[in-house]
Amino acid sequence: MLEYIFFSTINSLLYGMLLFMLSSGLTLIFSMMGILNFAHASFFMLGAYFAYQISQFVGFWPGLVIAPLLVGVLGALVERYGLRSVHKHGHVAELLFTVGLAYLIEEIVMLIWGRNAVPYQIPNILDFALVNILGTDLSAYRVFMLVVSIGMFIFLFLVLTRSRIGLIIQAALTHPDGVSTLGHNVPGVFMLVFGGGSALAGLAGVIGGNYLITEPSMAAHLGPIVFVVIVVGGMGSLTGAFIASLLLGAIQTFAVGVQVSLSDLLALFGLTPEPSGLLKDFLRIQISHTGPILPYLFMVLMLIFRPKGLMGKRET
Amino acid sequence: MKKKDKKGFFMWSKHGLWIAAMLIVIILPFFFRSGFSRSMLSQIGIAIIFALSYNMLLGQAGLLSFGHAVFYGLGGFFTIHILNTVSNGVITIPLELLPLAGGFGAVIVGLVFGWLSTERAGTPFALISLGIGELIAASSLMFPSFFGGEQGISGDRMTVFALTGIRFGKQITIYYLIAFWAFLSIVLMYLLTQTPLGRLANAVRDNPERASFIGYNPHWVRTLQYALAAFFAGIAGGLFAVNYEIVTAETVGFIPSGNVLMMTYIGGVGHFFGPILGAVLVTFMQLSLANMTHAWLIYFGLLFIGMVIWAPSGIAGIIMLHEPVWKAKLMKRLIPSYALAVFPALILFLGTVMFIEISYHLSLSVDPTAPMHLFGIHFRAQSLFPWGITVFLILIGFGLLQRAIKRVRQSWGEVNLIMKKESS
Repeated sequence: MLEYIFFSTINSLLYGMLLFMLSSGLTLIFSMMGILNFAHASFFMLGAYFAYQISQFVGFWPGLVIAPLLVGVLGALVERYGLRSVHKHGHVAELLFTVGLAYLIEEIVMLIWGRNAVPYQIPNILDFALVNILGTDLSAYRVFMLVVSIGMFIFLFLVLTRSRIGLIIQAALTHPDGVSTLGHNVPGVFMLVFGGGSALAGLAGVIGGNYLITEPSMAAHLGPIVFVVIVVGGMGSLTGAFIASLLLGAIQTFAVGVQVSLSDLLALFGLTPEPSGLLKDFLRIQISHTGPILPYLFMVLMLIFRPKGLMGKRET
Repeated sequence: MKKKDKKGFFMWSKHGLWIAAMLIVIILPFFFRSGFSRSMLSQIGIAIIFALSYNMLLGQAGLLSFGHAVFYGLGGFFTIHILNTVSNGVITIPLELLPLAGGFGAVIVGLVFGWLSTERAGTPFALISLGIGELIAASSLMFPSFFGGEQGISGDRMTVFALTGIRFGKQITIYYLIAFWAFLSIVLMYLLTQTPLGRLANAVRDNPERASFIGYNPHWVRTLQYALAAFFAGIAGGLFAVNYEIVTAETVGFIPSGNVLMMTYIGGVGHFFGPILGAVLVTFMQLSLANMTHAWLIYFGLLFIGMVIWAPSGIAGIIMLHEPVWKAKLMKRLIPSYALAVFPALILFLGTVMFIEISYHLSLSVDPTAPMHLFGIHFRAQSLFPWGITVFLILIGFGLLQRAIKRVRQSWGEVNLIMKKESS
């Protein structure tokens, strides 16, 4: 039991940090530009595929740096030449542009790397058990992932609060017109944030691609969850995104291990109803099977009852 | 006498389009006799209802939904379950009316979800609709007695008695059933746009604050519009169930939701007939392109992105842009520049198609070294020559198209100038 709790905590922390790497960029992009970027998870996927391709040529470590940069440049180009030209048609067109982009990126990835998963392996140097805790090995790569994601978190925090550009970004979050009046290049800041957010998603792809599976559907799997994170955390709030990432990571990881259903619960009280049809299905659902729907249930309830999210300052 | 004539003409110009459409729908299957094209026509009919119902949200109420297929799929499941209870002899409902079961089932669910999700429009609504869509799709595997698990729920329409006495076995009979429901739904949805509710939906879309100042609760207006859209989506789903006699959990999923969004948007959300065009075009593309090339999803994606960037008002918007020019009898001034633009566009299109097809052959075919054939020409994808031609075509086409677009803009400027002079 202790072992289950310990490793579930580690796993949920890993998953949560991965989610945060994606959601931090997404929430910044949304609160600055008002764009719900549906292609954000596609940049995550591109990061994983780029890293795989680079690791085929020069190994994992150069890929750790090059792949996120490539994805970031790609993101900046998308903002400069795609989104900015759609901007005049309004928010719906911008949103649909990113939907189309996500669709197209998935097709192009399939075109280049095929429909099946690619063998993107974790580097040999990290492929060993670091420590043995409570009879189970904790692999070095997971610790490495944790270190990278926490390092990124600190870096992001410092950039946003301590650097000049970070202050401009923070100002542009709430008062883009004021920032523009002060002579700052707001479209340039937008491009930077979009590129930076994409690069973060790319980095998450590089370290997450070999931990999860690098396949064309990985973007479609993770994309909606990231939306859940930014809604639950509160649009535009990095702290909120952080808390929501860890929370959702924990919910999903811990739910997988709980093999309890409603009928088990009733049995505790000596009740053994034998219904049929829908009610029977409902009673037989195990908590572990509800993993896929929990985040969405959470999001819908959040939007209905607390539209600001956990830490948000304004309504979405 | 003269007055009566005028009225006759008025009646004709107002209803002529509808009568012509009805006639076309009736005679179409006599021109398309193969089983494939008749089943395609049936599918188009279903898609038209679905897309128009989606436009009740996106176009008329400004609600961008990512989960409209929830009602399509649920309508299908309600219908197939009723179909099975009728087959078992528990109740008696004629087959022709079965799609209504889907509609009424969907409208109840629609009222609940609509009330929950439409308090605010815009991004919150889009996100809630996405959440509800994912929620239903993910829970479909948890309730196998309703959604049928992996294999879905199937039924047999032949065992159900029909009001008209027709045996609904052949595709052609089902086509006419679908055509009847599609026509009825189109007329009803059109009439709905003329009702106070339809107008209020427009008002709430454009300015919810002012709508509430004149005493209408935007939340209620959106909820009603949402529920009515759900009703028609449910009818489309019911027809799907009757047509295929099987409904699987995929019909409530994200793919049909995204599909109907793309159809509606490509057709054009600003005009009532836009989604009809989109449904016809996209369904036709999906069925016929999928037979021709494996890369059709890429073409589809490119078409969608192209429409978002260059023609956000859709095909209907492009057509209606020409209406004043047509009325001013100035089309002849535009046509030469259009004709000049067709050739570079074709060249660019050809180059792009070659590029995608060769890439696909190299990447996904069983044996990439085998010679491939395109437009009746056989060649090896590895040799440089076809690649050279591809790049050449794309560059030439792109360059010429830029110049042609300049010409088109120029002649539009002239036309606008003339029209302004005439009106002043």
